[in-house]
This record gives sequence, C-alpha cells and structure tokens, in this order.
Amino acid sequence: MNDLFSTKPDVPQESEARLDRIRAGLSRRHAREKRFRLYGVLAIAAALAFVAILFTMILSKGLPAFQQATLSLPVTFSEELIDVDPQPVREAGQSAADFQAASLRWQRDVTLINWNRVLENAVRQIAPDVEIETRDLQSIIDNGERFKLRDAFVADPSILGRTIQMDVLASANVDNWLKGNIDRDLPDAQQQLSADARALADRLYEEGHIRMAFAWHIFTNVDSRSAPASAGLAGAFMGSLYMMLVVIVLAVPIGVASAIYLEEFAPKNRLTDLIEVNINNLAAVPSIVFGLLGAAVFINYFRLPLSAPIVGGLVLTLMTLPTIIIATRSALRAVPPSLRQAALGLGASKTQTVFHHVLPVTYPGILTATIIGVAQALGETAPLLLIGMNAFVAAVPGSPFEQSTALPVQIFLWQGNENRNFFEARTSAAIIVLLGLMISLNAIAIFLRSRLERRR
Amino acid sequence: MTHNQETETAAMNMSSSQFVQDQLNASEPRSNEMKTRVIAKDVNVFYGAKQALFDVSVNVPDKAVIAFIGPSGCGKSTFLRCLNRMNDTIEGCRVEGEIRLDGQDVYDPKIDVVELRARVGMVFQKPNPFPKSIFENVAYGPKIHGLASNKTELEEIVVTSLKKAGLFEEVKDRLREPGTGLSGGQQQRLCIARAIAVSPEVILMDEPCSALDPIATAKIEELIDELRANFTIAIVTHSMQQAARVSQRTAFFHLGVLVEEGPTEQIFTAPSDKRTQDYVTGRFG
Repeated sequence: MNDLFSTKPDVPQESEARLDRIRAGLSRRHAREKRFRLYGVLAIAAALAFVAILFTMILSKGLPAFQQATLSLPVTFSEELIDVDPQPVREAGQSAADFQAASLRWQRDVTLINWNRVLENAVRQIAPDVEIETRDLQSIIDNGERFKLRDAFVADPSILGRTIQMDVLASANVDNWLKGNIDRDLPDAQQQLSADARALADRLYEEGHIRMAFAWHIFTNVDSRSAPASAGLAGAFMGSLYMMLVVIVLAVPIGVASAIYLEEFAPKNRLTDLIEVNINNLAAVPSIVFGLLGAAVFINYFRLPLSAPIVGGLVLTLMTLPTIIIATRSALRAVPPSLRQAALGLGASKTQTVFHHVLPVTYPGILTATIIGVAQALGETAPLLLIGMNAFVAAVPGSPFEQSTALPVQIFLWQGNENRNFFEARTSAAIIVLLGLMISLNAIAIFLRSRLERRR
Repeated sequence: MTHNQETETAAMNMSSSQFVQDQLNASEPRSNEMKTRVIAKDVNVFYGAKQALFDVSVNVPDKAVIAFIGPSGCGKSTFLRCLNRMNDTIEGCRVEGEIRLDGQDVYDPKIDVVELRARVGMVFQKPNPFPKSIFENVAYGPKIHGLASNKTELEEIVVTSLKKAGLFEEVKDRLREPGTGLSGGQQQRLCIARAIAVSPEVILMDEPCSALDPIATAKIEELIDELRANFTIAIVTHSMQQAARVSQRTAFFHLGVLVEEGPTEQIFTAPSDKRTQDYVTGRFG
C-alpha cells in the first residue's frame, strides 16, 4: 500500500495501464476541442470586423451628407421685380371655369417672375464689392431654390416690398468645393465652378453667410436632377412604405394561412409533397425572375400601372411568401404534439385546436418569419428595376397606385448619378436611412417577440 | 426496463402472488354484476401495413376501473386510444371491428368525434396542461362545449372540477397563474380536472403516473379510486401493483392480442393463461 498522502491514487496495475491509454488520448481530444472553439471565435471575429468596416465606411461617407452648405440671405421681395396682379379672388357671378383659368394664369405669371434675379440681388447685397457675372453668381445657389421664394410669396403676398432673412441651399458644386470633395488644385477647365464663383463661395463661407446646416430636406424633398442639392428621399421612402404595407397585408395572411393548412390540415400525399418541394424551390428562385413575372403578369396582363408600389408590393409578396410559409411551418412543427392531443382529447375540433392552442404558441416564430420576409423585401432592388420602379419620379406618391421609386432603387439611381462627388455621400446617406429603417423594424420585432414570450 | 419495474419484478419473484394478494386487499372488490359501458368486439388496428391489434374484444364496466396491462408494444395504449378515436389523428392508422359506447357505434361515420371526445375524456402519459392559466385550463372544455351559460356557472364548474381532482386547496390562491408552473403531480391532477370538467362518461388514462414520483402517484391513485364512484375509467399502466391497487377488472395484452380479461383479483392470483401467469409473476415484461 502506498503512503496515504501520495499524489498518485492507489490503483491496481492493469487499471493504471488503461488510465494511461485514456490520458494519452485525452490531450489530443482537448486540443481538438480548443481548436474548434478557436475556429468559432475567429469566424465570429472576422464577421464582426467586416460589419465594423462596412458601418465605418458607410457612416464616414454618409454622415457628412446630412450637413449641407446653406446660404443665409436677406431676400428683398422688391415690387420692381415682382410685378404681378394680386391673386385672383372669385367674384360674384364668375363661372368656375373662368376663375380656374384666371388662377392658372396668375400661377404662371408668378412662376415666370425672375426669382433668380431676386436671389442674385440678395447675394450682391451681402457682398456688394464683388464683381462677378450673373451666370457665375447664380451657379452658387441651388437651381430649385428660386421656387422657395415663389412659394413664400404665394403663401403670404404681404411680404411684397419687404426684406426677409431666408435660408437657401447652396448648389451641389459649392457643397463639394467647401467640403473638399473636389481637388482645389485642379485647373479651371476641370472645375465645376468658375474661378469667380469659387472665390465668392469661399468668401461667403468665411464671412458666415454660408454655413453647414442639417439637411432636413433629405427627408422631405423628392429626388431632383436639375437641382441635385435639394434632392431628397421622401418619394422613395413613401414608395418603400407602401410596398411594405402591401407585403404585410398580402404576404402575412396568405403565407400564415397556407402554412397552417399545409401543416395541420392537408392530407400527406404526393400532391402536398409536390407543393412542399415547389415552395422550397420558389424560395431559391432569383429575385429578378420575380420581376419578370411581375412585368408579364401584373403589368402586361392585369394592366396595373407601371412604376407603382402596388405592383412592386405584389412582386415582393410573391418573393416573401415562401420565406413566411417555410418559417411558419417550422414554427408549427416545433409545437409539441402533446399540446394538440390535449386539446383534441378534450373534444376541441381541429380548427379550435389550431387557433386556440397551437397558433398562440407559434406567434413569436411567425413574427420573426414576417420580419425576416419584410426586411428581405424592403431591401430588394432587382425585381423593381423590371417593373419600372427605377424611373425618375419627382413626386411623393399619394397612394400605392401612383408612380414611385423605392429606397434601394434610389440608392442604385444615386450611385449612378453623373455628379459623383456630390452623390457618393448622398448614396451613403440613403443607405444609412435604409439601414435605420431595417434596424428599427428588427427592434420592433425583438420587442414584440420578447413581450409575447413573456406573456406565456 | 425501468428501475420501478425491476424492483417490482424482484418483489414478485420473492413472494410470488402473496404480494399481489396484499395489494388486492387494499381495494375492496365490487359486485360481479356490473353494467357495461363500452363494448369492443373483434377490434383490429393497423398502422399502415403493420397490424397492431388482433381481434380484441373487451367489455368496459360502468362506474369501475378497468386496467390494461402488458409489456411495451403490446397494443394496450393503441386499444385505449380507439375508444375515443384519438387514433384518427395518426396518419395511416386504420381501425376495424366494432366499438360501442352505450350501444352506439363509435366508428359510425355519422358520429361526431368532437361529441365522442366530450363523452370520453382522456388523460395522457405526460402531463400536458395548456400554456395558459390554471383556471383557463379547466374552463377550456366547458367553454368550447358551451356547458356554462354564464361566468358564475363556469367558475363553479372549474372549482368543482379542481376539488374533485383534489387540487383546489393547493391552487385556490393562484388560479390565474400558468398551469405549466405547477409540479408534475399537480399538473397531472390539473389534466384530470380538465378532463372531468366536461363531465365525460368515460375517462381514459394512458399511463397517467409514469412520469410521476411515488408520492404524486399515490395521490393520483387515490383520486382514481374516488372518481370511479362517478366515472367509468379505463387505465393503461405499466405497474402491476398500480393495476392491482386501483382496478376492479384487468385486461392483459400481449403482442397485440388480448390474452385474458377478468376480475383483477383473478388475473393476479389465478390467471387461466400461462402467459398471464408469467407476466404477473414477473417472468417477462
């Protein structure tokens, strides 16, 4: 017998040999385990690094776009330039058609006022000593801002003859120049702005007449080509929102109902097997094929309007359905059969069993499926190109039947814009908005999910 | 073979049928002329091409407990599930023969399974309360069958059922808490309360104690003994002591065949078939 305090346990000889063999393999087994864990950690670290790089790139490029060069001008609505009759008021005895014609005439007259001259005068007022040609001077102000003056005048004609401090957007070229998006050492021939205009922009910036202000108009304006500085996402955002609504309204009930029928009620035979295989196949069909289908069926056959969110929504519904059906079915399959038996054994009908007991348990799963499907649909671009949603639309759609574009398509369009210096940042800004929308969608899903799970 | 069965077998081998006799004396024997509630005649069950039951004929007596015993896979659960047509839910299951509940053919196409299951309740092997409150668990059956015309009546049914299931005192202060939060034994009594809330004529119990500890088992057995005053009970069990303790009649199944059926005392003390003899004395199973 060994010493009582011996470190070696007291074991017989053959047992010792057996333990040695186990120990010999043990280090190999532990090493394998450690190696596998290391792979996992490395994979996750790599994934996180890529996500971090992606976000840093998008944020560093896109965030500056939310600050945009803005001029603060004392705008004088001089009677000399703004020479129009007062806005027509409907007189007694005047027919509706006559009144409308008079109104239209007045609107045209107001639009034809030389608002650019009004702006020019305002700039010359804050920089009286600068000698610059009209064309060069006007090139520092965004092309669309003259309508801001018109709208202000139409809204309140009493400003005629007064001077009002107004914020107007500088042109995209000025924004590029001041942000350093364009090389200052380039020769004149390669610069977008003339030397005089560049000097004026620098001077106004130094004097504080031009400042970087938060670009709210990105969220409120529609896309614009002639006035790129004022281009915004409102139209694309509403288009995406309408499509999302169409997808939620159509894909969720149809998908969940099909999944319930296939999983709980349908007989298991060849036909249902075939359907199941094809649903799985549909989930793998490239999205552009759905776009072709949408163009052929919804637009050519059903004559739905081109470029409309309703068509986009229908196409995305078709795309989302398999995702929702498959995920809902697996959620239903995960419900323990004992729950169904409990309800059936009590005399609940099949439908009661499903709707009272099985379905409530699967709500979190169905919710997740829905969010995954909708998020996928929200980010989809390819099929929308084929149904005309990449058209340039300069209006916010008022209904799903009006022409519109969508957020990812807007990103695609801006990415291809000729004014690269300016739209590179804009593209990233649009990506930030899209990502923000997706993250908030997911946050809502996680919140609802945890609430549903807590309730049980 | 579970631990429980091993000890059981050991005990049986040691003192042969004396052990069973002791168990039998615990429950008082009932009169022999019992009214019949369910009649099964020549029942054959197939799972696809495989036949699971062969010409089983049993009479289930009224207001008594009948135990179905036999080794695993002998078809006792299959037979039990024929009585309320729970086998309908299994894909590829086919039942032939005749099962009559109060003279009415259970497999008649005109019979509504929903009504049948309201008349023949079931308690399962694993406690399976709904993931809802204790109250809702018991109230669900009466609700879907429209047994309570108002809230007070429903509450009354729930309380009575919980009292009958011997659970009321333990849960009366937490009826709104989820039924899944109870202990295993309590959950099973909740399932029994849920079943009797519909006031079925027959209650089927499929190994109701196999997932429970001995104390919870004892409570359920006590409950079964009380319930038989009002209900007809058919119980499938793996434990022969349990069959001996709670049942008045016992049916022994082996390989899909009903080997022997008779008063429990007779099955355990003087079985007429050699296979029954071997099984109850623990020689196999």
